[in-house]
Amino acid sequence: MEAIEFTTPKTIDEAVQAMASKGDRARALAGGTDLLVQLRGGRRSADLVVDLKEVPELNEISYSPGSGLTIGAATPCYRLYANADVAANYPGLVDSASLIGSIQIQGRASFGGNLCNSAPSADAIPPMIALGAVANIIGPSGSRQVPVEDFCTGPGRNVLEPGELLVSINIPAPAANSGANYLRFIPRNEMDIAVAGVGSAVVLDASGQNFVSARIALASVAPTPVFCKAAGDSLAGKAVSDEAIEEAARLAMEDAKPITDMRGTIRQRIHLVGVLTRRTLNNAIKRARGEE
Amino acid sequence: MPGLVHVSTTINGNPTDFLCEPRQSLLEVLRDVLGMTGTKEGCNDGNCGACTVVFDGRIVTSCLVLGVEAQDKEITTIEGVATPEGLHPVQQAFLENAALQCGICTPGFIVATKALLDREPDADEGRIRHWLAGNLCRCTGYDKIVRAVLDAEDKMKA
Repeated sequence: MEAIEFTTPKTIDEAVQAMASKGDRARALAGGTDLLVQLRGGRRSADLVVDLKEVPELNEISYSPGSGLTIGAATPCYRLYANADVAANYPGLVDSASLIGSIQIQGRASFGGNLCNSAPSADAIPPMIALGAVANIIGPSGSRQVPVEDFCTGPGRNVLEPGELLVSINIPAPAANSGANYLRFIPRNEMDIAVAGVGSAVVLDASGQNFVSARIALASVAPTPVFCKAAGDSLAGKAVSDEAIEEAARLAMEDAKPITDMRGTIRQRIHLVGVLTRRTLNNAIKRARGEE
Repeated sequence: MPGLVHVSTTINGNPTDFLCEPRQSLLEVLRDVLGMTGTKEGCNDGNCGACTVVFDGRIVTSCLVLGVEAQDKEITTIEGVATPEGLHPVQQAFLENAALQCGICTPGFIVATKALLDREPDADEGRIRHWLAGNLCRCTGYDKIVRAVLDAEDKMKA
């Protein structure tokens, strides 16, 4: 790794000043499970690494039925699945947090870092999109909010301007009779990068027999995570049925624009989107009905 | 060119000070600065788990932690597992079950296994295999390792 400077700000203001002092030569460090590999391998370079783990707002998980869940951008995965509020209200997030990397990686890697790394295959992003998450960003010219589905702009690229920081991710409180699920396909049992991944979230009516709304998002089938608006909207107002789910899966497959690479082919990935959309919708429905 | 940074930390219960460059990983600091070569370098990119240490209560791959991040932290390495009285039951079980061949992955497996059994003394085989998925072994085929972990559970309850 090339020589770097390192700083550990204690407040958001100090962090913003540090990031702004070096512009695009500053990199934010949360768990480091992507950044340190990239710096060492020469895929990214930086003059200044800004460790965000001492800034309180970036390391908090807070939940209230009114304002929902706020995940500090540097909070590691294990703290999500160890958090009783998250486990009780956001099992779709726990699905992701508990399958990213190894136990060792989950001790460091954060959802905020996964979002900012902006890999098309990021496992944390589809469930956040499905759950309507919003990214809270701060920079030298103030703060702004960006829906997670609009955050990534290309492989490894996103809406953050030089000097800007992701502070936290806010996810609305779950509606009554709602559920979510994330699944990915990998050829191994653990420790692999998604060939395709799908996150689905549904809201049912009080009877549990009809969709009120649904949101579906995909991983590893386009240059960015994909929000399948048409597929989710197609379910709104319909009775829960295999036919309705099949139609949503078909629409999700239309939104997949994958490439053929070492992990899978175009045809396989589009097929997987159909399979995983059906499965995640059915799992989300079960959770919405309180069946699991 | 940034200079050396002074870091104060605790390793295996001992207050420890060292100097390192910000770019150096905790793994490099352990091995090259502090001479604690029990922790092994395998892939150096977080995939193999050979460099696993306990960092503030969680296992991490020390190749993906910067040495400067160790400031004010509590670290346990393989050197902190045995006691003056003898090997830890996990180490004894690995020996008795021949759960190692070349040995490069072994310190990482033992640190990871101890961290599991300290939390979950009754972890079943599925849980053990899941927990240890971040530790790669290219010799044993894993069965002897899993048997050793199950044996260590019995030893720790005895």
